[in-house]
Amino acid sequence: MISRLLTISLACLFASSAFCADVRVPEKTVAGQDLKIATSGSGNATLYLAGPGAAIKRDVKLGEEVQIKGEDLRKSGYYIVALKSGDGDVSKDLYVAPSEPDKINFLARPSRVPVGQPKVIAGTAFIFDQFGNLITAPTTVTFNLSVPGAPAKVARLTTKDGMAYEETGSGSKAGAGQFVVTVGDTSVRRVVEEVASEPCNLRFTVHKEKEGLIAQTDSVRDCSGNPVPDGTIVTFISTEPGQGRSTVDARVKKGVARAVLPAVPGATISAASGVVLSNTEVRWKGGE
Amino acid sequence: MGRILAVIMIVFTAVLIAIGTEPTKEKENLNTPTGTVQAFYAHVENYDYKGAYALLAPSSNVDYNTMLHDIAGRDGSLKTLSHLSKSESRVIAHNANETIVRVSLDWTTAVGALHENKDLKLINDNGTWEIVWPKRHEENLPAQVMAVNYLRWDVIHSDSDNDEWGAQNVESPHVRITSMNAVERDGKVIILGELVNQDTVPGFVDVEGILIGKNDQQLGEETSFDKISHVLLPKEVTPFRIDFSNVHLKDVKKVTLNPTSILVPASADPVIAVLHQQIAKGDSGHSFLKGDLMNESGQIVNIPQVLATYYDASGKVIWIDDGYVDQALRPQIAVPFGVSIDDSIAHDVHSYRVVVNHYSLHEAGV
Repeated sequence: MISRLLTISLACLFASSAFCADVRVPEKTVAGQDLKIATSGSGNATLYLAGPGAAIKRDVKLGEEVQIKGEDLRKSGYYIVALKSGDGDVSKDLYVAPSEPDKINFLARPSRVPVGQPKVIAGTAFIFDQFGNLITAPTTVTFNLSVPGAPAKVARLTTKDGMAYEETGSGSKAGAGQFVVTVGDTSVRRVVEEVASEPCNLRFTVHKEKEGLIAQTDSVRDCSGNPVPDGTIVTFISTEPGQGRSTVDARVKKGVARAVLPAVPGATISAASGVVLSNTEVRWKGGE
Repeated sequence: MGRILAVIMIVFTAVLIAIGTEPTKEKENLNTPTGTVQAFYAHVENYDYKGAYALLAPSSNVDYNTMLHDIAGRDGSLKTLSHLSKSESRVIAHNANETIVRVSLDWTTAVGALHENKDLKLINDNGTWEIVWPKRHEENLPAQVMAVNYLRWDVIHSDSDNDEWGAQNVESPHVRITSMNAVERDGKVIILGELVNQDTVPGFVDVEGILIGKNDQQLGEETSFDKISHVLLPKEVTPFRIDFSNVHLKDVKKVTLNPTSILVPASADPVIAVLHQQIAKGDSGHSFLKGDLMNESGQIVNIPQVLATYYDASGKVIWIDDGYVDQALRPQIAVPFGVSIDDSIAHDVHSYRVVVNHYSLHEAGV
């Protein structure tokens, strides 16, 4: 009889302790949002919350709700909620997910590229929430590369592990390419300058003025018709009779390069820019 | 006795000091043409230009400033940063009243030694030889306004305060080595080559060379230093030369060249034309490349440096040499230059190319 009573009272005691000291947390919450943790049982206990960005210890009354402020849960990741009471310890896992996309880190390479090159422009976007948590859930990202006066190249991609990558070629039109990545209302812009390629068909004329022989190119353009940037060097070479030679490294200005050379009758004038030689040579016999 | 001796020694020392420091004509030997020339350049060596001017014949008809500009330079030229370290003279033509003396001058300058030969005419004036200073016509450009509208490249760097991860700076210009040749000369291995700025922006370039030996050991590591045009505008080509002392070509297994480029603000100004370039033979029979430099812009170029690249018949770079011009380039005024060519390569030279480096006091970094 005595042993039967003891068994019932022990079972009651275990049952009551299991019911009394427990903590209930949602499986998942969102970074920056307030969190309510329900406890059960009676008496006092200590609640611990530990995770990537927080370590909180709080005295609680069992049976009451514990309020965790959103500012203590800014970092996403796995947290542990533990309750330590006289009845024993209990712990639960809590996952704090990133909040809405708010920030994009955008790596665009290169900053400058010649026109007409395939697969030379790369953009990598990493999507973060407002607290800097990488959003690993698939998210739609739009890449838009546009050069004034040319149709834009648009690509819609979905992030994988928080990242989206786009590779594309340069267009045929030179200009400051605006490479924009957009997620929701957030966008980031980088400048990828698409520049003229090597000069093509370097042509020039020669005439005499009072200061000397003036050699002047036509508008210097690449093979796609883009004018080469001002400041590009065009070397004029005057090979004079009797082994003499004069050279001027002229700068392209407003699309043309111009040089003053000595007026030596019989001189042969040629031009080059970088590794590109002009396919014309002018022999100046004298006169105007 | 000891006291008397001490007094005698002090007096004797004072007399010697007085003799040694007395810059009087009595000490100078003006009775011979070479003596006068030596005395003249001794004054120059001591920066006593007034003393040197006093040794000129009145018939020279040059004022003090003209002589000063001829000797000590002007407009921030290399000569203004030079010091005469040695002078030697010899008579090359002589009669009773007139003599030609060739003087060989060694200057120490901010960029190394500079050698100069000068022929001076001297006349005998009652037993004293005086220098007839060669009158040089200094061309002067009439006062005018020169409109210059050349390009300037400025660089906007990424905002470092923002510290945004992933935000990039504008990248460095793309450069490429277009030719390379290794030669051995005077106990050195010399790497010669050319580098082009393929990009559309200017760059500050340099080339580092590393020689690897037959056992994969490093034999040397050098840079092109001043044997390169460091600031390259878009599509500009520069020669470069890297010297490795005390290395033999037969010991070299591999040459590694690392061109570096940094995006820098730059100006397309000035334009320097290299006119009337010609390989000629000097009085001594040695070959040299000569020509004229013409500053086509409106500002003075203080120190020009000529870089000459020589090619053989197959277009291979066979030699690169340089020379600093000791005169500043004033706008629109031609200044002659000359760069000596080693006789051993002169007969292999089929063509050549000259570029001009320029250092201007108004530009940063000088």
